[in-house]
Amino acid sequence: MLSRVADSLYWMSRYLERAENTARQLDVTMGLMLDTGGVSAETRWMRLVASLGKPAGLEWNGDVEPMASKLVFDNVNHAAVGFCVNGARENARQVREEISTEQWQRLNRLYHHMHSPHTQAQFKTNMNDALAAVVDGIHLFKGVSDTTMIHGQGWQFIRLGRYLERAYSTATMLEVYQPYLFLPEEREHAGYQYLELVGLLRCCTSFEAYCQVYTADVSPDRILEFLLLNHDFPHAIRYCVDSMRGAIDSIQRTGGRRPPDELLAIIGRLHAMLDFTTIEEILAGDTASFLHNIREQCLRIHEMIYRYYVHYSIQSALAS
Amino acid sequence: MNASHSADLEPLFGDYPLDRAYDEMREASGEVRAHYRALAETLARLPHDELQRRKQSADLSFLTQGITFTVYGRDEGTERIFPYDLLPRLITATEWDRIERGLTQRIAALNQFLRDVYSDAKILNDRVVPRELVYSCKHYRRQMRGLQVPRNVYVAVVGSDLLRLDTGEYVVLEDNLRVPSGVSYMLTNRRVMKRTFPQLFHSYGVRPIEHYPQLLLATLRSLAPEGRPEPNIVLLTPGVFNSAYFEHTYLARQMGIDLVEGRDLVTHDNVVYMRTTDGLKRVDVIYRRVDDDYSDPLVFRADSSLGCTGLFNAYRAGNVTVTNAFGTGLADDKAVYAYVPKMIRYYLDEDPILPNVETYLLSEEKERRHVLANLENLVVKAVGESGGYGMLIGPRSTAQQREEFARQIEANPRNYIAQPTLAFSRAPCLIGNSLEPRHVDLRPYILFGDKVNIVPGGLTRVALEKGSLVVNSSQGGGSKDTWVLE
Repeated sequence: MLSRVADSLYWMSRYLERAENTARQLDVTMGLMLDTGGVSAETRWMRLVASLGKPAGLEWNGDVEPMASKLVFDNVNHAAVGFCVNGARENARQVREEISTEQWQRLNRLYHHMHSPHTQAQFKTNMNDALAAVVDGIHLFKGVSDTTMIHGQGWQFIRLGRYLERAYSTATMLEVYQPYLFLPEEREHAGYQYLELVGLLRCCTSFEAYCQVYTADVSPDRILEFLLLNHDFPHAIRYCVDSMRGAIDSIQRTGGRRPPDELLAIIGRLHAMLDFTTIEEILAGDTASFLHNIREQCLRIHEMIYRYYVHYSIQSALAS
Repeated sequence: MNASHSADLEPLFGDYPLDRAYDEMREASGEVRAHYRALAETLARLPHDELQRRKQSADLSFLTQGITFTVYGRDEGTERIFPYDLLPRLITATEWDRIERGLTQRIAALNQFLRDVYSDAKILNDRVVPRELVYSCKHYRRQMRGLQVPRNVYVAVVGSDLLRLDTGEYVVLEDNLRVPSGVSYMLTNRRVMKRTFPQLFHSYGVRPIEHYPQLLLATLRSLAPEGRPEPNIVLLTPGVFNSAYFEHTYLARQMGIDLVEGRDLVTHDNVVYMRTTDGLKRVDVIYRRVDDDYSDPLVFRADSSLGCTGLFNAYRAGNVTVTNAFGTGLADDKAVYAYVPKMIRYYLDEDPILPNVETYLLSEEKERRHVLANLENLVVKAVGESGGYGMLIGPRSTAQQREEFARQIEANPRNYIAQPTLAFSRAPCLIGNSLEPRHVDLRPYILFGDKVNIVPGGLTRVALEKGSLVVNSSQGGGSKDTWVLE
């Protein structure tokens, strides 16, 4: 497959994943702000912004609604839902011959939905529903992608983009939130801590899945275990890394060119680390740097995918 | 046709004017032509709102398929639905036979002309075509001199524009030998029409066109460099902002070949490669939808980034086929066009089957004087332009526009030609709820590889505005499906 096409599919997928992540985290944060006890609104907002990679221009100014609106409709900010949907559509438009008509129509519809005055009005009156509609649109797109596209290289690049973005953003989110998870005993009162923890789970649509594994008994170490190490839940980092590895395997199988050892080594190491480390070991060590390390590895995987599949030098390609 | 039938058709026509222009559907007497009768009767029988219902369902079909083109000069990248008309244009087997023979003859002569001009230049030495006309053409490419082209095919894909005069005779208005577009509309029109009028389509016995992508692929394959039995064929597009981008994606998908942009291609040791996720892959045939000027910054325009650096040298070395060849625009220069009948006689020793439109060359002083004195009756065109740009339609022009053109003609007479304003034919279109005649042309698509292939029909373009003579999609034109009958 053409490198440019693979690149576009990869970014189409990353942008949609990012849009969904922003929409969901914003929705949960706005919900949590209704409870005035516990964490202050300013802290919550700054935490959200940090968790989205600290996009510029979103510093706390006390007026939540316009800031939230900016995070949804902005066309410049890389974390904003609008920017991401535009980016996904622009990438899709450039590889229109590679994706199915159903995918294109779904994405087009989502794009027009984001730009309609109706949506902007709805956002003011009922932010909750407006964000849910965006997430719905993205889910529909993912559904038709999985059912209408050949699961060849192109689809694998979509998969790669989705899980890389998800692993990275989940690690970022956990890194930002984890100092707040282990509050001193005296502050764990009146259910604020419970709200806090459930909010974190809901940022990854994982509350119900968590309950199936651990019951509704939420505790910080179990949440970390679940979101980091579960290998059956699609939002857990371990599952994401599994899927990235699977995608690279398939790309290699259908393409016939073995990826460089360096790429296989990084992804293999990350995989093994999540496979064989227990949550007790993680918590006994430096949790923040453990999470930070996962992000670093994701970035390196991205760079290597680029260097190997997209922006390789002609000399190296001719030599092999 | 008996009286009762005529009575049935009366409300259909309402005030459907007939005048000097040839009407595709009705004779001068008002009677419906024999091959249009089944269509007219079907329309007359349909309940009042049924046509509108079918129109809406066809609209929706075009919309959801995303059949769009890009309009320049407004917001960059504005997408529009290509307007179309619901009623098919019908062509009888006899008419088509003549068109097919005429175009086959014409393409053979044009291709020989290109080969000749870029090698021995016999036709120039024999003074059949004036030397200065060729060498002053802005699409002449001296880099093509003496270059061996696979199978000697310079023009593999041609779209020639035909008009029908008031006598009913088809004439060639121009040939598009560079990157003719519109074939995707021909194919999608047909798909939608089959769904809109299934019974009528069936009863007419229409000749199929759906195999065009397959024929195109076979044509491209037949032109692959020697020793490349499984050639890698690609379609080179300028990218998403090009007005025909939809067509490029459509054809690539229909042929199952990669759609590449210049930035996907690299050259090394005069071999063209494309960057793939599996490394570099050699490219053998390029179906080029990028103009000469933008194809290779090393040889043509240095400021262009749409093409591929080193492409021309790889082409010259015979390692890649690029089609259409470079420099073919020479033969669709509107002044060179005037000599096509002479080329047919010169190379083939035959009389032209399809005549040209009478054309005044403004570089000839006598003709220029005549034209300048009669601008309000003539159509003036810039020789190297297409898409309906650079044109003056005398009868519809203002005095100021005529002055402007006169000045430009005096300044650069070689750059212009003039033709009489033609009353070319009209076909019935569904406008609102009634039938109204609109001017139409016909662009058949000719493929030339190991043999000539023309799918029956082509794109009928319609000047959808009342009285308008401009059929170009960039200027308010639409299209309709073209049915060549068995």
